[in-house]
Amino acid sequence: MKEPVIEMRNITKRFGDVIANENVNLSLYPGEIHALLGENGAGKSTLMNVLTGIYKPNSGDIFFHGKKVSIKSPKQAVDMGIGMVHQHFRLIPPLSVAENVFLYMPDCKKVLRQKEMEDAINACSREFHLEVDASAKVWQLSVGEQQRVEIIKLLYRGADILILDEPSAVLTAQEAAEMFRVLRSMADSGKSIIIISHKMNEVMQNADRITVLKGGKVEDTMEAADATIERLTRAVVGEREFVPQVRQNHDLSEDVVLQAENLSVKNDKGLEAVKNVSFTIRAGEIFGIAGVAGNGQKELTEAIAGLRKAEKGTVTVRGEDLTSLSIRKHIDKGVSFIPEDRLSMGLVPSLDMSDNIILKHFGWEKFSRRGILKKKMMDQTAEEYIEKYDIKTAGIHSPVGLMSGGNQQKLLIAREINGNPSLLVASYPVRGLDIGATEAIHRILLEESAKGTAILLVSEELDEIFQMADRIGVMCDGNMMAILDRRDADYDTIGRLMSGEQL
Amino acid sequence: MKKLRLERKTSGSGFSVFLNSVLFTGVALVVCGFIIAAVGFNPIEVYAKMFRKAFLSARGIRKAIESGLPLMLCGLGVSIAFRMNLNNIGAEGQYAVGAIFGVAYVLYGPNLPGVPGILALACCCFLGGALWALLCAAPRAFWDVDESITTLMLNYVALILLSYLCLGPWKAKGQNMGQTEKIPDAFVIPEIPGLEVSMAFPAVIVIALLLFFFYRYTTSGFQINVIGKSPTAARYAGINIRRNILLVLGLSGGLAGLAGFVQYVAVTGRVQENMPNNAGYTGIVIAYLSRFNPIVVIIVSILFAGLQNSSATVQVMGVPAQIATMMQGAIMVIVIAGDFFQRYKFVAAGKGGKA
Amino acid sequence: MGLFISILSGAIVYAVSVMYAGIGETFSERAGIMNLGVEGIMLMGAVAGYITAVNTRDLALSFLVVLLTGAVFGLIFAFLTVTLQADQTVCGMAMLTFGTGLSGFLGKDVAGVAANLKFQAFSIPLLGDIPVIGPIFFRQNLLVYAMYVIVPLSLFYIYKTKYGLYLRALGENPAALDSAGMNVFGLRYAYVIFGCTMIAVSGACVTLANTNFWSPGMTAGKGWIAFALVAFSSWNPLKLTFGALLFGFISCLGSNLQIYLPSVPTEIYSAMPYIATIIAFILATGNFRKAHTAQPAALCKPYDRESR
Repeated sequence: MKEPVIEMRNITKRFGDVIANENVNLSLYPGEIHALLGENGAGKSTLMNVLTGIYKPNSGDIFFHGKKVSIKSPKQAVDMGIGMVHQHFRLIPPLSVAENVFLYMPDCKKVLRQKEMEDAINACSREFHLEVDASAKVWQLSVGEQQRVEIIKLLYRGADILILDEPSAVLTAQEAAEMFRVLRSMADSGKSIIIISHKMNEVMQNADRITVLKGGKVEDTMEAADATIERLTRAVVGEREFVPQVRQNHDLSEDVVLQAENLSVKNDKGLEAVKNVSFTIRAGEIFGIAGVAGNGQKELTEAIAGLRKAEKGTVTVRGEDLTSLSIRKHIDKGVSFIPEDRLSMGLVPSLDMSDNIILKHFGWEKFSRRGILKKKMMDQTAEEYIEKYDIKTAGIHSPVGLMSGGNQQKLLIAREINGNPSLLVASYPVRGLDIGATEAIHRILLEESAKGTAILLVSEELDEIFQMADRIGVMCDGNMMAILDRRDADYDTIGRLMSGEQL
Repeated sequence: MKKLRLERKTSGSGFSVFLNSVLFTGVALVVCGFIIAAVGFNPIEVYAKMFRKAFLSARGIRKAIESGLPLMLCGLGVSIAFRMNLNNIGAEGQYAVGAIFGVAYVLYGPNLPGVPGILALACCCFLGGALWALLCAAPRAFWDVDESITTLMLNYVALILLSYLCLGPWKAKGQNMGQTEKIPDAFVIPEIPGLEVSMAFPAVIVIALLLFFFYRYTTSGFQINVIGKSPTAARYAGINIRRNILLVLGLSGGLAGLAGFVQYVAVTGRVQENMPNNAGYTGIVIAYLSRFNPIVVIIVSILFAGLQNSSATVQVMGVPAQIATMMQGAIMVIVIAGDFFQRYKFVAAGKGGKA
Repeated sequence: MGLFISILSGAIVYAVSVMYAGIGETFSERAGIMNLGVEGIMLMGAVAGYITAVNTRDLALSFLVVLLTGAVFGLIFAFLTVTLQADQTVCGMAMLTFGTGLSGFLGKDVAGVAANLKFQAFSIPLLGDIPVIGPIFFRQNLLVYAMYVIVPLSLFYIYKTKYGLYLRALGENPAALDSAGMNVFGLRYAYVIFGCTMIAVSGACVTLANTNFWSPGMTAGKGWIAFALVAFSSWNPLKLTFGALLFGFISCLGSNLQIYLPSVPTEIYSAMPYIATIIAFILATGNFRKAHTAQPAALCKPYDRESR
């Protein structure tokens, strides 16, 4: 048996009263790909932040090549050869690839020689099969290329231990496959790799060993060869009875609520992100959009909600063309929107519940008269929501930023379905939420659709899509690849469509 | 020995913000005391003299209220813009243009008697300030041009214009100073009987109360609040940000323009070449120290006006009049530093939490 | 011809007096800290230098005091914005008020007193004798000559050295720099202090070179023009130079035209630089067609390790 490069023993990390890691043991051997599996909030990122010197553990030891060490700073971790690719890249868009890499080189020459730097990076990227143009500015690169730059950054500094946080979350299926191929070849050359993930299939296919974290503790450690979906599921979600709410098949009404026709939308960089997309949603229908995040879903939902201009095509709601109308008009016409970024767009974190409830609806007769707010009514409505949707808060006048993610999302949905919208656009409504909150939100959505609201549900979790949707549209690279009835669809077909394969 | 370390805490209550501000104002006075001593005066003697003159006599307080009037309006005007994260640094210029519009009305406007005349004059001054601010609001609203630089640059233009008019076409006959003719009696705001304080003071208080109500209880105030806290959410909520920028900067400039009105009608009776005399800048300090609360603006303005008036009394001792500006600046710097303790608290190390 | 030369050489003198502040502010903003208090710190530099000049009659010492004053103000500003993470706009306003007030307060004894001690213009041998070019560029004072070196140096520093690379990264993504093991707080302190020191030198240009007296508030908006120029020049010292020269030209054009067109009120000439700044600023920074901005992404954002 080889000696582990890293051994973490009995690591405990607390934030105030919250225990993020409790007595966690983890060992990493040279040449292996080790997966950390667990739900959001299971303590995966915290553990890795301990390993990379960002957090100091409250107790426990780390052994590096058998010797006890204390990692005090990210810099020290890097010097030891431990590098991490974060989910949100730490790149600097206006700088070139070479400059971004050399930023991390302690022995970088005082005077920069562009040519020399670029040659060195190109050599490195060829060696590890990480193709990227060293002279390009980072903002010109695709997400996949940016991830390669992040990896080159670590390799060029001589990292032997690479940690990747949800590396496939931003990639298409092919890009992800390519990345795992590269990771495997790096492992074969002796490097050790940790991937953080919550996707069981991916982990089973690509890792050598799997450690499952749950509630901050190690639930199970196994060889990937011994892993089965059942065993992993039990470790990840526990013994708790998990009964997914599967939507009953039912006949759809003929009443068309949303009609999007030949819609093209540009993203913030001015590139076409939605390409000639057409679909309809009928009353009471849940239309699911499956796809890897970043394939035009954000632009599509924003265009339908009126936040983004459509370059081409029309958006019609209940027969009325809303394409070029203001956001206000969209709201008034009954288009509700749960944005993916609930805290920076959907809610104002520093305001209290009462204020957030009227964020869009301050002009309603219910909440104001001749420009004067009805404070009593606002508070009363807040209390009503707390009761009805089981929202937990320190009080209706405490800032909503202090509430938990699940409660924020309940509040946001409560507001959006108040006033009976015709169309509800929900972008990743359960992203980052625990199972309890997820179930509650799914229940609310199902109730709402039973009332006849048309719902557009965007998600990257196929399970969610299959549970909730009546029809499924698959997006890849801005195109609507296909629209399938849920009853005719299966995971494999959807997966292939998501990676850009034509039917 | 126990080590201390910082921990973030949730935002403090209004009262603790107030206490903190008072405490650090005290610290600022001590720091200024050292500076005063360094220049060669006895700080205790200087402070005592200033305090006695400004706040311990009825006359002192009356004067503080009177010269505080333009400060209040500038402070209120700046506050409303700052609440929406618009850096209106142009109150000084808006004040000047308000005064210019006032004189123009008196010279060329229709001759309305009594209260309607005064109101028309006030509207005119408001309009002047508002228009001057809109010159910067429009580029901000339509092209996203930062308003702090444009509002500030227009201050210099307004002051040059004011000094041109006061020294040139509108100069009072037989005067050496650059100032206009005395305002006709019909426009002068009467004093509150028995108190010798201009009726303008209660009028400003009413404006402050209206603003207080506006911020708290109106949909417009709500929209301003949302834009100030999160422009992304405001856009998402369908709030018309452009319209609100124009509205808020217009109102802000208008209120500063009214500062020109009260100074003209209730204090000096003439418009003078250097009239704003830094009131626009002082308004910014006042607005910040009051945390943009209109009622507090009134109180802080009176205190600052008292401070400014008292600086004249110590000039006799040879202390430069800039002592007031210096103290205001020092108070602002140190209160900002003190705000740190609103966001963080010291706790004994080793009790959980982050390393 | 004489008029032309005098306008251009005057334009350079004017330009240099805002460029020190402009370059200082450029470094500070590239490090992610916006300093709105330029005008106040410039006044402090101006008065500190002048007081020392009157009292010690030592130009070198006066200049040293100017640098020191700037550094102290930089230290205060960095403490507020970097360590205490206070709002940069508000802090800038505070520094402005404090600097304006304190300079007036401290300068009471030297207001109206002649120092008769300043950076005199001198001709550089040979170069100064070149017709037209000589009198425009090479019969200036030491602070102007120094600027001839500072502009290329700062360009080289920002774009060609590794420290410049760190600086560019600092204003874009301090977290990236932190994980590279760089001391974000230390670097920000250094650049803010350097920036304020340069701003103070701009003040020295006013009292110890261009003119030789002190009166309260005498910089008359030059600090603000410098501040506007930084955004106007997309944080690039070379563009800043052109911008400053343009303003210098407009401003000197006015004072020279006055002699030839006496019927036009002088106020129009004195308002010209301000109006020009506003128009140029709107044209340069307005997003008439959603343009790509060069503003450092982390400008005005305090860096806090815990909240990343």
